[in-house]
Amino acid sequence: MSQHTVTKLALRSAAIGYVLCLILLPLTAIGFQSFEDGLTRFMDDIQQPQAKAALTLTIEAALVATVINALFGTLSAWVLVRYDFPGRAFLNALVDLPFAVPTLVAGIMIAALYGATSPIGAWLNTGGIEVLYNVPGIVLAMLFVTMPFTIRSLQPVLMELEQDQEEAAYTLGATPWQAFWHVTVPSVLPGLLTGVFLTFVRALGEFGSVVIVAGNIPLKTQVAAVYVYGEIESYNPQGATSVSVVVLIVSFLALLLLERLTRPPGQRLPALLQQVFSAQFLVLRSNSKLNSQN
Amino acid sequence: MRRLFISLVWLYFTVLLIGPIAYLCVQAFGEGLTVFLNEVMRPEAVHGFWLSAEITLIVLLFNIIFGTVTAMVLARQRFWGQTFLSGLIDLPFSVSPVITGFMLILLVGPGTILGTWFGAMGIKILYALPAMILVTLFVTFPFVVRELTPILMAIGTDSEEAARTLGANEWQIFLRVTLPAIRWGMAYGATLTIARAIGEFGAVLVVSGNILQLTQTATLHIYQSYVDFNYVGAYAVAAVLLAVSFLILIVLELVKARSSVMTDRSSQMVSS
Repeated sequence: MSQHTVTKLALRSAAIGYVLCLILLPLTAIGFQSFEDGLTRFMDDIQQPQAKAALTLTIEAALVATVINALFGTLSAWVLVRYDFPGRAFLNALVDLPFAVPTLVAGIMIAALYGATSPIGAWLNTGGIEVLYNVPGIVLAMLFVTMPFTIRSLQPVLMELEQDQEEAAYTLGATPWQAFWHVTVPSVLPGLLTGVFLTFVRALGEFGSVVIVAGNIPLKTQVAAVYVYGEIESYNPQGATSVSVVVLIVSFLALLLLERLTRPPGQRLPALLQQVFSAQFLVLRSNSKLNSQN
Repeated sequence: MRRLFISLVWLYFTVLLIGPIAYLCVQAFGEGLTVFLNEVMRPEAVHGFWLSAEITLIVLLFNIIFGTVTAMVLARQRFWGQTFLSGLIDLPFSVSPVITGFMLILLVGPGTILGTWFGAMGIKILYALPAMILVTLFVTFPFVVRELTPILMAIGTDSEEAARTLGANEWQIFLRVTLPAIRWGMAYGATLTIARAIGEFGAVLVVSGNILQLTQTATLHIYQSYVDFNYVGAYAVAAVLLAVSFLILIVLELVKARSSVMTDRSSQMVSS
């Protein structure tokens, strides 16, 4: 064998061995643990009032955060691409900040500003709105950490979607609504769906920011990740496993659905699965394209 | 319409980002610079900074080596199970940090096969540095790989083949041909790794045991201060990490500019 072939095989073994040990092995561990005591035990665990409440709250809050993120993310992407206004470059640079800020710091910042001790929190309280240790705080924390997803997956699409396509539609006699519905929407939909689903999956698993703002009140403000943490701390691995597995399954199902929705007709499934898993990374990367275009 | 849209975007950014950031800075420095410095120079805080730096450096080293190796294998080789391997690499993005830490406990915790074996060897993994490094490796692994794979695919193997024909050995080819082409991408992935490693909280909290002055990173120290109602301390250290995030963001922008120049040039080389 030549030196080249030997190197290739050695590199391949190193890469496969490393990934299997680092990523697959822990996943297998949780898989085994969840089936150890059978399906009945699993169902019992997730139907515990506290577990059930945590899972419901997490999914609901994540859905609300996803909807708000989709609306304001689309609006922000649109405004940042189409309008020129003072502070545009500043806002555009700020979009990536949630990727760089530790989630715990995000939670601390939100708790400080919207807690009852700050002027704004006190003002909101007199208006009857409690943000901290309540659902709005959880949604706000989820919004903070997922903010870049929709904006960054839409911006490149909106840039490529030249205005002349819309103008062509107008020339052909389309109303603004028709132009929007038949030209703009179909071309931005895959990007929007990617942003939306990644937001949902990220919000579902969020811990660092939520643990600060939620206050961990069982049955009321305890999200799934915080519940799992509590179960680990109180040496109940079985309860932690069951809820973790539910969160993992919902995340993977959401990603599979995204794959189905955005799959161009005729493509093979495995290649696309891989694209979906790397979609989250593409969002991070897309920004570099934006910068080189600006 | 236009004015309404722009105002709404400003409002959204202010409520989510600008407001919280500004208020944290006000709170951190609100009681004067001396109080801020006192909190940041506390032995527990300083220990936290050092531990975070130590973990980040080790993780960075691993990710650069294994990230580059994995990217080269994914970009240059075809083998059975490649799609599966590629899917696995992206998996850490969609796993909650707490679950990441919990999986490690299930794997090497007391009573497990691996845990017992390491215990017999006298190696402490859980509630010690190795576990904290392992979970950080898990959550940061995709960064370097996903950054380098497309670049390696774009530059192709022509130059490497030429070097091989001219008699260079594999190590020389890597150092003289491949590395110069991928270094900015590598720097970008490395910076993302640093950001995530410094900021990691959930996974580290679960596996570290959060032992004072021993396994308490900077983020864990903030959490501890906050839970102990030392808000000024939590805000002060949080402000330091926030400043680090801004720094990282600036470095990312700089590297991005360089790396897009590099990839543009290399893709031109491929197309010409």
